[in-house]
Amino acid sequence: MSNTTAIQHPGAASAPGKLQFFLKQEHHPQNGTSLGFWIYLMSDCLIFAALFATYAVLGRSYAAGPSGADLFNLNLIAVSTAVLLLSSITYGFCVIEAQRKRLRPAMIWLGITGLLGLTFLGLEIYEFAHLIHLGAVPQRSAFLSAFYTLVGTHGLHVAFGVIWLVTLLFQLRKYGLTSENHRRLMCLSMFWHFLDLIWIAVFSFVYLLGTLP
Amino acid sequence: MSAHQNPTLDQDDHHHEHDGGHGEITLRGYMTGFVLAVILTIIPFWLVMGNVFESSGTTALVVLGLGAVQMVVHMVYFLHMSPSAEGGWNLMALIFTLIIVVIALVGSLWVMYHLNTNMMPDMIHDMKNMF
Repeated sequence: MSNTTAIQHPGAASAPGKLQFFLKQEHHPQNGTSLGFWIYLMSDCLIFAALFATYAVLGRSYAAGPSGADLFNLNLIAVSTAVLLLSSITYGFCVIEAQRKRLRPAMIWLGITGLLGLTFLGLEIYEFAHLIHLGAVPQRSAFLSAFYTLVGTHGLHVAFGVIWLVTLLFQLRKYGLTSENHRRLMCLSMFWHFLDLIWIAVFSFVYLLGTLP
Repeated sequence: MSAHQNPTLDQDDHHHEHDGGHGEITLRGYMTGFVLAVILTIIPFWLVMGNVFESSGTTALVVLGLGAVQMVVHMVYFLHMSPSAEGGWNLMALIFTLIIVVIALVGSLWVMYHLNTNMMPDMIHDMKNMF
């Protein structure tokens, strides 16, 4: 109890031995991590807002190059969307199992989520490789620069999410569902669902609207 | 010392730590969110891939509208947002962010649209005639 101090209340003389405790430091807010992580996500949201604004301004500047309607393969995008959405619900199952203190099922669901994340990344890398093969490289037009920056930034976030997820799997295997690991699991949950939320904006605004005539 | 004298308080702390400050997390909540999200994803893809509406403008508006609804669904059912989460600070941060996002998006489009219009070649031609 190094951060508390006992003082004798001036009027407490009538009740000797009754001490009052005051905290020397600010009372540590409960779940400060969760709020802090939320604020980080909001700042990440601002990065994406800037990239979306850039894409909105430049998205039709083709410089006589290929347009979205020429390039985008909606079947592929539908599959990646389904994969990412499935990974959201498998993460949900992981959180539910963790709440029930069942380590093994939680780790299995977390692993499945990671595999779905990797599948999503694989599909995105395949798409980018295909576009580059067609000559639609980032330096071809303002539209393509904005497109690669926006979609690539989302992909990078997913990649770091997968790295975090694998790290967490090792932590869980070594230490089990301690309160620290549970906190990390909840933060990654917010990060993962946030990425799915950004992906809604990407597939609606970039891919679906981009293929409209 | 005070913690030992007050076991209920200690348990309360412990409980909150595990809760993560979110609303109640249930399987039912996740499943509701998932079903809604799937429906809200399939409709826009179907609208665009099946050329349901003749006008692109209508399709664009509906797709963006459904996207916005799906974002709210994800916030509520997956991110467990509620007005009372973290004593309302989560919502405050979200509202602040939304205001900045709207300013950034609408402002960029507005300014760049006018810039493009004003830099059109005939405009320069008109300006030359003025003198």
